[in-house]
Amino acid sequence: MENKDFEAIFENKLAKNEMVEPKDWMPDNYRKHLLRQISQHAHSEIIGMLPEGNWISRAPSLRSKLVLLAKVQDEGGHGLYLYTAAESLGTSRDEMLDALQTGRAKYSSIFNYPTLSWADIGAVGWLVDGAAIMNQVMLQRTSYGPYARAMVRICKEESFHQRQGYEVMTHMAFGTPEQKEMAQDALNRWWFPTLMMFGPPDSESPNSENAIKWRIKRETNDQLRQRFVNQTVEQVQYLGLTIPDKNLKWNESKKGYDFSEPDWAEFKNVIKGNGPCNKERLDARNKAHNEGRWVREAAAAYGKKQMEQYAAA
Amino acid sequence: MSDSQGPLWEVFVQKKAGQPFVHCGNLHAYDKEMALQNARDLYTRRGEGMALWVVPTAAIVASSPEDQGSFFEPSNDKVFRHPTFYPMPDVIKHM
Repeated sequence: MENKDFEAIFENKLAKNEMVEPKDWMPDNYRKHLLRQISQHAHSEIIGMLPEGNWISRAPSLRSKLVLLAKVQDEGGHGLYLYTAAESLGTSRDEMLDALQTGRAKYSSIFNYPTLSWADIGAVGWLVDGAAIMNQVMLQRTSYGPYARAMVRICKEESFHQRQGYEVMTHMAFGTPEQKEMAQDALNRWWFPTLMMFGPPDSESPNSENAIKWRIKRETNDQLRQRFVNQTVEQVQYLGLTIPDKNLKWNESKKGYDFSEPDWAEFKNVIKGNGPCNKERLDARNKAHNEGRWVREAAAAYGKKQMEQYAAA
Repeated sequence: MSDSQGPLWEVFVQKKAGQPFVHCGNLHAYDKEMALQNARDLYTRRGEGMALWVVPTAAIVASSPEDQGSFFEPSNDKVFRHPTFYPMPDVIKHM
């Protein structure tokens, strides 16, 4: 078959809403785009464990500690699902981890902000996981089979994350005046970084056009961001807190809220590596990787011996 | 020894006794025991199943999508394998 024929089969699959599977022919740029997106997504799950892990030893009750542990454990699993989805495109997890740990690969800029108080753990679960879920629900129907299937599992598991975050916020917002102040402070600091999670505005998003064309994404950054704001306002009002945006206003004609754009210069700067915690996150990741090396080596040696004995038996 | 994440294994879960084992994903592990333990931790944290299979990915033999047409062709012209091929008298209500 000619390359042209393969391309026609691929286009036809997309047109019929069928999934592309690892062994199917796919254009190089489609593969490249997926690899970048899925590995970034995987890295975000792994680095995302760090700001929350920071509070496991300081959770205010045994219940909240158990819940946070379960949540962080889920994120580790999500990283694995995504790495194996990316591996099916022909790269190894070792290569991807190396790209992450040497700073060549990116992860979501949100995790370069610090979790300063217990209310931040609430804000992260509620807002950050909330924004991630909005994106992931869409990705359950992405055109690449292994990615879509990983997303189905992830969405099922994520559904408790946002609720646990909101529960923490409720306790804080309805607690003492000091606790409410911490909740408001957390909202103030996390609001705009959360809006950045959906990516740059459509007019300036270099990868969006292909992502939509290839049905990797089905909605644009701006559409998802708008939906997130529309859904979240009511949740903020219930808490009796205020969104730190004077321009936030209901717009009847578009049946949605008008709101201020995040500071895109800050977004670019954090992605470049200059956020408050970029260095700390990469250092922590590298430290864990290096200190775990002897365990991997010992396990590999033991595994090899087991396999040899099995083959000899 | 070079640093490595270990080989890939495919994981199959049986939801309830008597049901088929269904593929649910994969993982990295260095040996059978670790593969089984990781599979439990990763894929059955919320009561997804009561039995697991783990199989080295390298041991799986798969058909390839390019041959799809010719490989599965022989079954297409054997309509007599389907019950609808056989006309039934109208008076027979159940069969």
